[in-house]
Amino acid sequence: MKVGLFIPCYINQLYPQVGIASLELLEKLGVDVEYPLGQTCCGQPLGNSGYEEDSKGTCQLFVENFKNYDYIVGPSGSCVYHVKKHFDILEQTEDVKRVRDNTYELCQFIYQVLGKTDLGASFPHKVGIHKSCHGLRGLRLGSCSERMDPHFSTEENLLKEVKGLELKTLNRADECCGFGGTFSVFEEAISVKMGKDRIQDHIDSDVEVITGADHSCLMHLEGLINRNKQPLKVMHIAEILNSSI
Amino acid sequence: MAHAEAAAKFNENEAKVNWHDKALWFVRQKRDKQAHKIQGWEQLRDYASALKANVLSNLDNYLVQFEENAKKNGVTVHWAANAEEHNKIIHSILQKHNAKKIVKSKSMLTEECHLNPFLEANDIEVIDTDLGERIVQLAKEPPSHIVLPAIHKTKEEVDELFQEHLGTKPSGGNPEYLTREARKHLRNKFLQADAAITGVNFAVADTGGFVVCTNEGNADMGAHLAKVHIACMGMEKLIPQEKHLGIFLRLLARSATGQPITTYSSYFNKPEEGKEMHIIIVDNGRTEQLSREDFRRSLHCIRCGACMNTCPIYRRSGGHSYDATIPGPIGSILSPGKDLTKHSSLPFASTLCGSCSDVCPVKINIHEQLYKWRQIIVKDVPQPTVKKNIMKAAGSILAKPKTYDFVGKSTRFMLKHTPKSLINSKINTWGHARDLPEVKGDNFEEWYKKRQKNE
Repeated sequence: MKVGLFIPCYINQLYPQVGIASLELLEKLGVDVEYPLGQTCCGQPLGNSGYEEDSKGTCQLFVENFKNYDYIVGPSGSCVYHVKKHFDILEQTEDVKRVRDNTYELCQFIYQVLGKTDLGASFPHKVGIHKSCHGLRGLRLGSCSERMDPHFSTEENLLKEVKGLELKTLNRADECCGFGGTFSVFEEAISVKMGKDRIQDHIDSDVEVITGADHSCLMHLEGLINRNKQPLKVMHIAEILNSSI
Repeated sequence: MAHAEAAAKFNENEAKVNWHDKALWFVRQKRDKQAHKIQGWEQLRDYASALKANVLSNLDNYLVQFEENAKKNGVTVHWAANAEEHNKIIHSILQKHNAKKIVKSKSMLTEECHLNPFLEANDIEVIDTDLGERIVQLAKEPPSHIVLPAIHKTKEEVDELFQEHLGTKPSGGNPEYLTREARKHLRNKFLQADAAITGVNFAVADTGGFVVCTNEGNADMGAHLAKVHIACMGMEKLIPQEKHLGIFLRLLARSATGQPITTYSSYFNKPEEGKEMHIIIVDNGRTEQLSREDFRRSLHCIRCGACMNTCPIYRRSGGHSYDATIPGPIGSILSPGKDLTKHSSLPFASTLCGSCSDVCPVKINIHEQLYKWRQIIVKDVPQPTVKKNIMKAAGSILAKPKTYDFVGKSTRFMLKHTPKSLINSKINTWGHARDLPEVKGDNFEEWYKKRQKNE
């Protein structure tokens, strides 16, 4: 099984530590993984802004980069969702279909494909999960509060096995943080308010570290936390699962 | 005004935003509790969605069947192609009966057709009898929510409004007192009314009857007291058979307000002796929406408002920020079909979080339709040149790894070496309230290449 590591553009440029943790974690789990060079983006910022027509070259490049891997794994639910959901704008060649079918969010890959939950991590902190919308309601990484399905959460299943980690329950289990890509800029007032409210929920729930499977949401929350000097740390779930404090 | 601008204005009063958000979140939680209580909620949604899909693909037949059966029951059926025709038909019925005083129970369709100003211009008094609707009518505002029209008003604001219009005493916003006074005021209006107008929640094709749901009984009070009852329905309100009400009535009130059922779910089949009953079936853009394959499912809507209560943006921007008859997520996929340019900011008033689609009792894929409207809007409605150019440039940069690498490095260099005061200046909208990520050493690709070299 050959895995291609998909590191989304903003993680590559701004959060290399998340890419490093993802790679190390997969290697630790015995996965034959490599990072194909020359990756750019999945095209999501364009598609969500209405310019999916202009993103076709970007999407095609993604397929070229990853078409020879059995699985494509990335630490960002929304980017993975974009590949699976919105690459319908490309001609559906065998390569395109295979790439769409075999692209997984990191936690989803570990839990569903590798079938593992105990990754040998330890992280003695109080943690709150931010369940990013595209992972939750797009990839169905867990049950959402709107639907009357039995409770389930991929991220919780993995974090519960982390030694010393105390998982906190939020008042609003899966409300959006207000990032939303270009929404964060074009609807700045609401975006900021939504982020502030999410952070307050974590603070009220005695959380020390906010984590999640989508670092774009976390970037937005971290921006607010740092600006307002709030007593919270933000870490991608790969960093927690890869830690051995 | 674009949604973002109106939303920013609403957010100037953060305490009010918090209050609005909590009031609607409370309704969403009530809905969750009720939905959890019955087995097979998701199955009910499947049935309801399938039934609506069936109705929309056989709408012509169901409409004819409904008309035939309603006529057999002694009901007069009218067809209106648009809002203007709808208003004229109502006016002609009222003229025939020399009706000057009208009571109206809640009907989003009559809001859509702007019936009230039309009737008032023709010297006809029209009183909205739903308490929330009466409040916004007195305030000369449109409803801000389709089920809770005055949800944007605090009880203190209602107190002042009633003092001014109904002559009540200051009560500090005492809900019991204010409701009692509203009842007295409305009771007189009911007793004096020459005709009653209601909406239609469900029209049953195989019986020709229709169902109106209210919590205040105001539709019944109006329809039973007045000599003439006019029911206005959008043509998508049909369901095939009466037994299907068992599905829709279970979903409607639970989704809308978290009640097991509306206090009054009244079946109207035929006029009382000596009275008249009219049904007006209205198109007003629905056929056009039906013809748009990607947006057809928006016509499943049963107007429960659950997507508004769950929407994190609606809760924090208020219904008026949408400047549309139907606000919130469902309005944002219906309104562009009516006037793309006027409503072009609405599909962007969303993070595409998908909560609306999962809460929807008839399974409208609202967030997917928002995405699709966005693709149409940037093509058909002129976009700010800067935005357009940035997107076009991004498209070509991201398709070429070498250019991307160069741009990525330059951006990181800039972020690393530009003073914070400049980065967070006015032109950077992100930086008004949020810090930008701190850029440290290599990016991931550089790190990976170095690691490979050292292996």
